[in-house]
Formats: sequence, C-alpha cells, structure tokens
Amino acid sequence: MYDIKALYEAESIEHAVKLLAEHPEAQIIAGGSDVLVQMREGKRAGKELVSIYGLDEMRGVSFEADGAIRIGSLTSFSHITRDPIIKEHINVLGEAVDMVGGPQIRNIGTIGGNTCNGVTSADSASTLHAWDAVVELTGPNGVRRIPIHDFYIRAGVVDLRPGELQTAIIIPKASYEGYKGHYIKYAMRNAMDIATTGCSVNVKLSSDKMVMEDVRIAYGVAGPVPMRAPQAEEAAKGKTVSGGNVKAFAETVLKDINPRDSWRASKEFRQHIAVVLAERALRESIRLAGGVIDE
Amino acid sequence: MSKQYKLVSCTINGKQVEKMVDVRASLTDMLRDDYRLTSVKKGCEVGECGACNVIIDGECFNSCIYLAVWAEGKEILTLEGLAGPNGEISDIQQAFIDEAAVQCGFCSPGFIMSAVEILEAKREFSDDEIRKLMSGHLCRCTGYENIFRAVKKTMLRRLGKEKEALEV
Ligand code: FES
Ligand code: FES
Repeated sequence: MYDIKALYEAESIEHAVKLLAEHPEAQIIAGGSDVLVQMREGKRAGKELVSIYGLDEMRGVSFEADGAIRIGSLTSFSHITRDPIIKEHINVLGEAVDMVGGPQIRNIGTIGGNTCNGVTSADSASTLHAWDAVVELTGPNGVRRIPIHDFYIRAGVVDLRPGELQTAIIIPKASYEGYKGHYIKYAMRNAMDIATTGCSVNVKLSSDKMVMEDVRIAYGVAGPVPMRAPQAEEAAKGKTVSGGNVKAFAETVLKDINPRDSWRASKEFRQHIAVVLAERALRESIRLAGGVIDE
Repeated sequence: MSKQYKLVSCTINGKQVEKMVDVRASLTDMLRDDYRLTSVKKGCEVGECGACNVIIDGECFNSCIYLAVWAEGKEILTLEGLAGPNGEISDIQQAFIDEAAVQCGFCSPGFIMSAVEILEAKREFSDDEIRKLMSGHLCRCTGYENIFRAVKKTMLRRLGKEKEALEV
C-alpha cells in the first residue's frame, strides 16, 4: 500500500485541469516511476494524487499540420524508441530514452514525466534541449507553448503553473529537418543507472557535406539544469568538416558549462568527460549526416 | 480521509476478474493479496529489482510501482499463467531448472516473465540484446550466466534451432 491521501483519476485532459484546480495540493502522477518511489521514500508521503496515466489521448507520436513532430507527454520511452516517425527523423531521441533505467522502467516511464521532474540527469532532457523542443502545457487558461529551455527553471523546478499539465512535446520542422544527432550517456553501469554526464549533439551539413551549417549541443548534469553550450556552437557554425574544427568545438565547451563536484564524479573529471563526449558525439553526428572527416 | 475503493475489472492469466480494490494498493498488492498470485514477489518495492515483474498487454512492468487501479481493462499475465492445462510447467521454466538458473528462486518469476516477452517476439536476439532485455532484474544468487543460458537456449529451441541450443 502506498501512503496516498486520496487519488483522483482524470478521464480527459479537461477533467485533469478541473481536478487540479479543485485540489491545489495534489501532485500529478503519470507513469509513477518517480512519484511512487518518492512516496515510498517518504518524500511525498500522505499526498493527494491526480492520476493522468489513463489518458490515451496523450500517447503516441504524430505530425502536426506544419510538419512538426508531436510527442504526447504520456508516450513511454519504449514506444518512443520503436516509433517509425522518431526512427526516421530524430533517431537520437529514441536512442537516448532507450538508456533510461531498465526495460520495465522504459515501459512505464513517460517523456512528460521525465521532463516535468526538472532533473538534469534525465536522459531525454539534453536531447530535447539540443533539438529546440517546445513544451505544450494545458491549463485553466487554455494551451500555451514554450521553448524547453524556458520550461526548466532550476534544479527540480519547471514552469508548470497551478492547474496545468504538460500535454505534449513538439519538435518543430525547422529543428529536425536536415539534422542528424548522437547522444552519449556516461554512467558507471549500462543499466539502471543515472548519467554522470549526458551529451547530445546534432549537426546540419551543407548539401556537399563539407560545411557544418549548424551544430547544436546540450548536456545533462553539466549544470543544475540541462544546458546548451552556445559558445561552442558558435565556434563550429559555418566551419568546414575537419578533425581540427571538431576538436576546437569540443574544447570551447568548457567556456559554457559549469559541472559540479559530487560523490559521483569530481568537477575536473566531468569537465574532461564533457570535452571527450562533445568530440565523439559530433564526429558520430557528422558520420550519420553523411560527412567525412579528413584526418 | 475515509478509505477509498474502486472496482477494478481486468483479465488475469486469461480469466476475466473483478474486485473492489483499495486505491492505495500497488498492482503487486492486488495480485498477491486479492488474487493469491504469490509468484509476484516483493523485493525492493521501488522498481529497482524486477522481482514483481508481470506482463501487462504484452509488455513487462514492475507491478510494485504500478497502481492497482490502472489495471482496469488490462490483460495481465503472471508466472502462474504459464502453466499448462494440468499444471505442467512451461519450457522456459524447465530451462531455468536444467541450467541451474534458480537458487533461492526469489528473482526467478520476474526474470521468467521478461524472458517470456523475449520469446513472444519470435525472433533471434543477439547475446547483447538478450542481456539488455534482461537487465531490469537483480539476482543475488546465480551470477546471471545460467539465467542467460536458459533464456538463450529456449529462444533457439522455439525457433527450431535445437543444434545451436545444445552449443550454448
Ligand atoms: S519489487 Fe518491484 S522492482 Fe523490486
Ligand atoms: S536465485 Fe536467488 S535471487 Fe536469483
């Protein structure tokens, strides 16, 4: 038995918003792989819950009219990995969420829950940042959409206002068309572990595959919230595809990120890893995009 | 707040069932306490060990972090559901015995249900893929190698590769 004060099950998004307004103290529960565990630990014990797990309308991946990819917030990690749209257009997202926890966790864990926790180590977070994802929030005043960068406020805190729930994550067409990316998770174990550092890179090459027209990079666990490395991106943009330029890009990353010391890893170690991962992930992204790096 | 109950109807091991369930119950609680399906073990109860793993609509879930009320309308399979009409054990269970993939047995039902998901896919997985698909379980006794062999052998046998199975 869980120490739940009361459970309210939403029957539609509208109903969920209403329930949240009626029970301002209640916590939203999606797949529950974080909320229930925290409840067990005592952190959220004795709370009221609004369950949105039954809302199938918030599951699945589809195209919006303007070509944007819409991922319902309740779509599980394993369904994202297997989805044909994701496989074709943002393969790296499917690969990143395939590194969350173990198989059973990937069947229950949802992309919405993973982002609403505001945890910097979430495997989805760096990739969504690196692809300029947009978060759709539905609340008493209707629907609003904000860049994922603005959604993460600080460690563990996201811009979810009273009565609101996250209903979808959107990848605009301009953010994915022509891009290829790669994610590397650095952790102690392959399964059931949290990333020491996660690095997601993507690149858009010129049609002759010689120039990096655009490069985007984001880290989890390099700071309190997932973050981009804008100076490194600037350093690579418009440069020719070459080993030297990839290296220069990776080294510039240290101007942007500020990892912390923790029992998992020291600051110096994280900085070292950040540079190595940036280089490897960009190399792999270039390869996926059809480019060749001359040594 | 007074106790809150909800009527939950679902299919468990092929049988349509229905019971009033405490909304605070996990699916593990419901399966063990209300349906006496004690193959579903309580190991960590925080989704780390896989001892409570069951198949819901064809996918594996740790039932300890799954609310019982979410089972409404779902099709659930536990280890008990693998038994034949006269209580015979299934090939994968026999393989666990033959390979000595069981010592204390506490982790076995969970492992076997993950193996069932692999076997139901009816295709040959690489060693790395099998390891990854089985990685959501902890075993404190066997050291995993025997479990891996039991799963791989059964997979090959079901695909008609008897000879390859002998070489595992
Ligand atoms: S008891 Fe459910 S995962 Fe350990
Ligand atoms: S056989 Fe004892 S825990 Fe696996």
